[in-house]
Amino acid sequence: MSAQAPIKHIKVRYFALLREERGLDLEEIDTTAHTLEQLYKELANRYRFSLEANSLAVSQDDNFAAWGDSIKDGSTIVFIPPVAGG
Amino acid sequence: MTNIDTSFNFEIRKSKIDAQSLSEDLRTDKGLGGIVIFEGRVRNQSEGKEVLKLEYESYKELAESEGKKILKEALAKYAQVKSVICIHGEGEMEPGDLAVWVGAASPHRDEAFQACRYVIEAVKHRLPIWKKETFKTGEAHWVNCREHHAIPCN
Repeated sequence: MSAQAPIKHIKVRYFALLREERGLDLEEIDTTAHTLEQLYKELANRYRFSLEANSLAVSQDDNFAAWGDSIKDGSTIVFIPPVAGG
Repeated sequence: MTNIDTSFNFEIRKSKIDAQSLSEDLRTDKGLGGIVIFEGRVRNQSEGKEVLKLEYESYKELAESEGKKILKEALAKYAQVKSVICIHGEGEMEPGDLAVWVGAASPHRDEAFQACRYVIEAVKHRLPIWKKETFKTGEAHWVNCREHHAIPCN
């Protein structure tokens, strides 16, 4: 573990298509990803998610976030597939 | 942002939505003579195919906070509107079932129509809610997941 890439312990929740592709709705992971975008790329690569980051929104600790936001240790992150309410 | 004499309620609800009791909730103030209600019900056809069922799923924490934000925006934008309610269903539904209910009450009709329209459009585009459609043929898909882009940044 280097000073440049501290390990953060986070929760990731999955919904809808991403939940099905991941096969679960919640996991706790350790990551060295700095931004939310880096984390999505890491997970999408590992689990072969079919959705590109540019078709998703993202939240951290139940608030909408920006892809360039830093990942906070202990936070809960959700990648939000295209919505279809109503 | 909103006046003290306004009220709003947004909820994601797993149990059946009771349209009758919700419309009574809007009628508590007799000064509000213009009441507009929108009911979104599950259609029996989609993309030319017969629909068997829909399954709604939500990220409840964020959907409820963003839903309340939408209602506050409607009250601020349409200042005559004094009461606005939106309840969105979750779970499995069949054609004809009530998926979403929006009601707005105002002294006169114009702003009640506009507020109701504002809320349903924002609800459809901004809330983290998804639906999986299953056709009578057995095919199933997540609506919008392949065709649309992200929630626009505000």
